[in-house]
Amino acid sequence: MSSEFKKDHVVAIDDFTVDEIKTILDLAKKMVPIAEGKEINTDFQGKILATLFFEPSTRTRLSFEAAMKRMGGRCIGFARPGTSSAKKGETLADTIRVAAGYADMIVLRHPQEGAAQLASNFSNVPVINAGDGAGHHPTQTLLDLFTIREEKGGISKNHIGIAGDLKYGRTVHSLTKALSMFGAEMTFISPPSLKMPEEITDMLRREGIEFHEAEQLDGTLDDLDLLYMTRIQRERFPSDEDYQEVAKSYHLERKMLENSKDDLKVMHPLPRVDEIKPDVDETPKAKYFQQAANGVPTRMALLKLLEGV
Amino acid sequence: MEGKRKKIKITPIEHGTVIDHIKKGQAMKVLRILDLIDREIDSIVSMAMNVNSSKGKKDIVKVEGKELRNEEFDKISLISPNATVNIIRDYDVIKKHRVELPERAKGIVRCKNNNCITNQREPVETEFEVIDEDPVKLKCIYCEREMVGEEISENVI
Repeated sequence: MSSEFKKDHVVAIDDFTVDEIKTILDLAKKMVPIAEGKEINTDFQGKILATLFFEPSTRTRLSFEAAMKRMGGRCIGFARPGTSSAKKGETLADTIRVAAGYADMIVLRHPQEGAAQLASNFSNVPVINAGDGAGHHPTQTLLDLFTIREEKGGISKNHIGIAGDLKYGRTVHSLTKALSMFGAEMTFISPPSLKMPEEITDMLRREGIEFHEAEQLDGTLDDLDLLYMTRIQRERFPSDEDYQEVAKSYHLERKMLENSKDDLKVMHPLPRVDEIKPDVDETPKAKYFQQAANGVPTRMALLKLLEGV
Repeated sequence: MEGKRKKIKITPIEHGTVIDHIKKGQAMKVLRILDLIDREIDSIVSMAMNVNSSKGKKDIVKVEGKELRNEEFDKISLISPNATVNIIRDYDVIKKHRVELPERAKGIVRCKNNNCITNQREPVETEFEVIDEDPVKLKCIYCEREMVGEEISENVI
């Protein structure tokens, strides 16, 4: 079914063309009833997915495993490095070669940047990067794009606000690159010390993408079609007071959405701490739990396209 | 008189390789890149630093009795893109070569990112894409971190 989809491994979102991303999102849409358990699927019967998590991650690991199992496949792996032979000093290269002998596909989360690229050099089965340190997390971006398309009917004609830690957040860097491929307008909302890195804003200028920068949530929300919130981490600030002072202006609460567009949607990669108050959850604008659920059909689509089933 | 003085400073060699126009202060790094410091070789290796030239100060390295191969000297371009390599036979320059930047630099430079997987105990050579030539800018193909100038010369393996 996927003769046009020729990828041996998935390391970064920029490995994909816009057409390839669209192929994944189209297929993800078809996988929704299976992801929700409303249809039975056995495409992966007899197949094994290895989930190698050298760093804990609840959503990513569970949604990959749910995706595989909903399609009739099985999973092996570990959720913490303490239970793998890495603790005995095995190289990642060896762990990958061994796992490739046991499984049909490998999902890897690792604390070091470049781990997935290295793993792909040593594996004769597809490797999917599920996060490599501060590097890439392409399946998060795919599920973000899927969510935007589902909620807004498309990606390109939206004005998307991205708020929080834009300097260190790998999710927002990948998302920004992907949104630029689709040509969406963006507003970056962050404290000055956590601004979007210049290499990314330079790239947007080169590509002719319209973007704006702001330092407050207040006053920027009313024009947005979609708001993508991220967490500001305490460890980015010298003191607790500094952190509290800055963080509070990036806390979203229901009353701030009063003048926003009726069809504004709010997303967040989760986990959230204080940045979205629980009173937002009950509004129809809150889409972050749906976004998390979308991880399953999106990852199903990717598994299917990579495996060619 | 001027010519005579020059000869005294930088004596000609009968056979071997003279690497000229090395960026000032980089001669030691050139020796390291070419593995001329630790390798067991019979050649006499000499170097001159801070030499006056028409284009300002430069360093020079001479390797007697050994003709370097292209793949060896192109590595020099990473730290000194304007260097020239002269192959000498019987006191004559038989080949003059301006170093060329390779498209990829493999196993020559260590990644500056301590959290890059290539800085762990893994069985891979470092590998960088040369993304800019002047000044030389490298991008790690693993962690995608970029390196330029001193960052490169400080991380020569």
